[in-house]
Amino acid sequence: MGGFPRSLAELVKAANAWIEERIDLSGLRELIRHKVVPVHRHTIWYYFGGMTLFLFVIQVLTGILLLLYYRPSAEEAFESVQFIVTEVEFGWLIRSIHSWSANLLVATMMIHLFSVYFTRAYRKPRELTWLTGMALFGIFLFFGFSGYLLPWNELAYFATKVGTDVAGQVPLVGHLIARVLRGGDDVTGATLSRFYGIHVAILPALTTVVLGIHLFLVQQQGMSVPLEIEQGGQPIRTMPFIPHFLLRDLVGWLSALAVLGALAAYFPWELGVKADPFAPAPAGIRPEWYFMYMFQTLKYIPAKIGPIDGEVLGVLGFGVGGLFLLLVPFLDRKTARGEKSPLFFWIGVGIVTYIVVLSVLGYVAPGGK
Amino acid sequence: MQTVTSSRRGFVNFLMGSGFGAMAVWMLYPVVRFLIPPKSGEPTIASVTLPWKPAEVKTNSGRIFKFGSQPGILVKTPAGELRAFAATCTHLNCTVQYREEKQDIWCACHNGIYDLNGKNVSGPPPRPLEGYKVNVKGDQVIVSKGA
Amino acid sequence: MRRVWRRLGLILLAAMLWIAGGRAEAQRPPEGNSCIECHQGIGDPRVTPPAEKFPQDIHLAKGILCQDCHGGDPKNFDPQGSMNRAKGFIGKPRHEAIPQLCGRCHSNAAYMKRFNPTIRVDQVQEYFTSVHGKRLRQGDQKVATCISCHDVHKIRAIKDQQAWTYPVKVVETCSRCHGDAKYMQGYKLATDVVDKYKQSVHYEALTKKGDLSAPTCNVCHGNHGATPPGVDSVANICGICHSLTADFFNQSPHKRAFAAMGLAPCVACHNNHDVLRPSDTMVGTDEKAVCVNCHDAKSPGYQKAAAIRASLDELRGAVQRATEILDRAEHAGMEVSQAKFELRGATDALLKTRATVHQFDPVPIKKLSEEGVQIANRMHEKGVKAMEDLRFRHRGLWVSVVIILVAIVGLVLKIREIDRRGV
Repeated sequence: MGGFPRSLAELVKAANAWIEERIDLSGLRELIRHKVVPVHRHTIWYYFGGMTLFLFVIQVLTGILLLLYYRPSAEEAFESVQFIVTEVEFGWLIRSIHSWSANLLVATMMIHLFSVYFTRAYRKPRELTWLTGMALFGIFLFFGFSGYLLPWNELAYFATKVGTDVAGQVPLVGHLIARVLRGGDDVTGATLSRFYGIHVAILPALTTVVLGIHLFLVQQQGMSVPLEIEQGGQPIRTMPFIPHFLLRDLVGWLSALAVLGALAAYFPWELGVKADPFAPAPAGIRPEWYFMYMFQTLKYIPAKIGPIDGEVLGVLGFGVGGLFLLLVPFLDRKTARGEKSPLFFWIGVGIVTYIVVLSVLGYVAPGGK
Repeated sequence: MQTVTSSRRGFVNFLMGSGFGAMAVWMLYPVVRFLIPPKSGEPTIASVTLPWKPAEVKTNSGRIFKFGSQPGILVKTPAGELRAFAATCTHLNCTVQYREEKQDIWCACHNGIYDLNGKNVSGPPPRPLEGYKVNVKGDQVIVSKGA
Repeated sequence: MRRVWRRLGLILLAAMLWIAGGRAEAQRPPEGNSCIECHQGIGDPRVTPPAEKFPQDIHLAKGILCQDCHGGDPKNFDPQGSMNRAKGFIGKPRHEAIPQLCGRCHSNAAYMKRFNPTIRVDQVQEYFTSVHGKRLRQGDQKVATCISCHDVHKIRAIKDQQAWTYPVKVVETCSRCHGDAKYMQGYKLATDVVDKYKQSVHYEALTKKGDLSAPTCNVCHGNHGATPPGVDSVANICGICHSLTADFFNQSPHKRAFAAMGLAPCVACHNNHDVLRPSDTMVGTDEKAVCVNCHDAKSPGYQKAAAIRASLDELRGAVQRATEILDRAEHAGMEVSQAKFELRGATDALLKTRATVHQFDPVPIKKLSEEGVQIANRMHEKGVKAMEDLRFRHRGLWVSVVIILVAIVGLVLKIREIDRRGV
């Protein structure tokens, strides 16, 4: 006390002491000291939630940097992105990382979702965690959809047109939904303003709340252990969250960072051509890969099935699928009872297969738009 | 045993520390550079502020300016009115110029002639020149799309 | 009975009109016109087609009917009464009488004013200055008259895209005779002109690029006064559109030289019907060049040709090099739109240089090409810089990867250490 801190460690200790005299951090300390992570052959899946969180943080940081130069109007959006990529120092890097990280985020999120599904981690007491997680899934897909339009290039413009068209197929309220999304009857500058507000304000606010609950629940309840291991009889090995698990997390996060850098340098995100609402749609409009399976499915549904529009049926189908996933903790009675649940296992396999096959078909199948 | 372990530990800590330190600097540098605004100021293109004052532009003259990635031509008609058009000839994309002896806009490549409304009046050009809006705010001439 | 036929005929006519009425211009002829009704009803391929075609004719649309050209009495349903030559029925006009027949109205300014005050009324007069008109007067039954080009009974307005005289269709119309070698036997005319024309840039501009101002047969040969342009006038005709080039040529020594040799300007190097896309290889001293057709190796013209070709090659090469590196940079993700914009100055110079070739003087040509070369070289530099920036990015990336790897190695070692310690 009183002497000048001579090393980093001493500095940290002094800072800690200063805070301790003012705030009671004992609860937090307990958590940090005692939080453990179960170690078993499925431990690897535990990393994907944190990875998704890390990528989200990257999105927030790069997003904040981008919005210092981006202009959300139909006249200036494209040029502002062009400006970022050509004139602003390292603008190309920030922009490419933001675009690539968005895709990586959705990918890790899907892995996280399905690993939780297949390990049945949604069962009691973690139903709320699952619900908030599904809400986050929807939020992040919407992040991706709204962000995709912001550069206001040709592909984005038409992809948004198609996407909002599909949203408009929801029975009864579809037209209203499409109008609210588009800020009008067509995709215009109003749509851009709206998507920008959604992307930088509404969704981040929602995420803060929902993610906060999601993370709080995870801290409160700890990590779920797959049923077979729980019921296996053996004592479950654990490792302390800090520093063991966290350091491993960091390895993953740093690797992701290296991958993002490589992608930005070798596969910079395209600027494209400025959107021209009066030009005809270019051939081969496609949504981003995480919407591809839905897009391709709609292509395969015949135009009319009986008296109902094929597209309406498709949209309803997706709604039912989403609802199923959302309610799975309540539908999977066997797991709730602690039994094996082969039905839900195979349903899960079916869903994953469907998504993979349809996505691949979307890229490979002949007969683009 | 103790000494080896602790110096080994020291090395690992050092490696980690310097790795993270280097990373911090390496990543902070682009962010700081990004935050400092570039010389060019701001993106252009839906509108452009020309580098000439309205009074500087002589009557019955024209000059080329850059509008986004395309050339534009600013014209002051013999009557003193400022007009602006896309300067890309609609024939084969040469850059047009103002002709003061004929008081028209001319393309030197194949003798295409446009009147001071941008309309193609003679020669190969199939379409008129795209017109731009010209606004004068005090000492500034601002050209924007959408005449 | 006749009433039944009449009714049936009318119904049939109405039905056919409705079916055929998809495209515009199908009109319903007034009821009670014996010409139409009888000729329709008969169903004889010799006399029915005109009545079937006529609903699409512009004359019907303007209220001009069969009797206005052919005479006869449309109110009379009796063959004797309706087609009475004594009462002015003309029937099928003789080939050589057609221009006058059409001219009865189309050369009458007072009459035509009722339909279009600005329409020309000198077509028949012009026609008789043409080769077609002159030969018609000499008794040639094979030459074209009004109906050969404008069709008959289904004459469409000139702005109608289906009209035989619509720019895109003109070559088809002329080639009905001029492209038929058998038909043209006996005339001393080349019959491959249509095939040749279809190879030309003009035909490509007209049909593929939709440029209706591109020349087709009538633009160079005239329509009513159709006459092939003579050696001394061909250049004037090309010069109508290619005015700058024509000016250059007229300032050049070639003008006098060609006139003295009886060579047609423009055509001598570029052909008349098969006007192909010109290339820089036409200029110069190698075997593909046109210059060596006249200039031998010792002539000053030969040296000039070589010099001009050198300027062209230099500029084209510089533009190509700059374009190639800028494309490469752009493809690799670098933003080079500013440089590409400025490169336009060089491509402009290339276009201008190619036009200036027709002065056949290396000095101004070199001046022009030099400007372009400088711009192209500067843009090439920008492309080089863009590629260097790209390499900087890649290097930066590898440094980042190394740094991150160091951190990761440190992490992994730390993890192993604390695992061993079991903390």
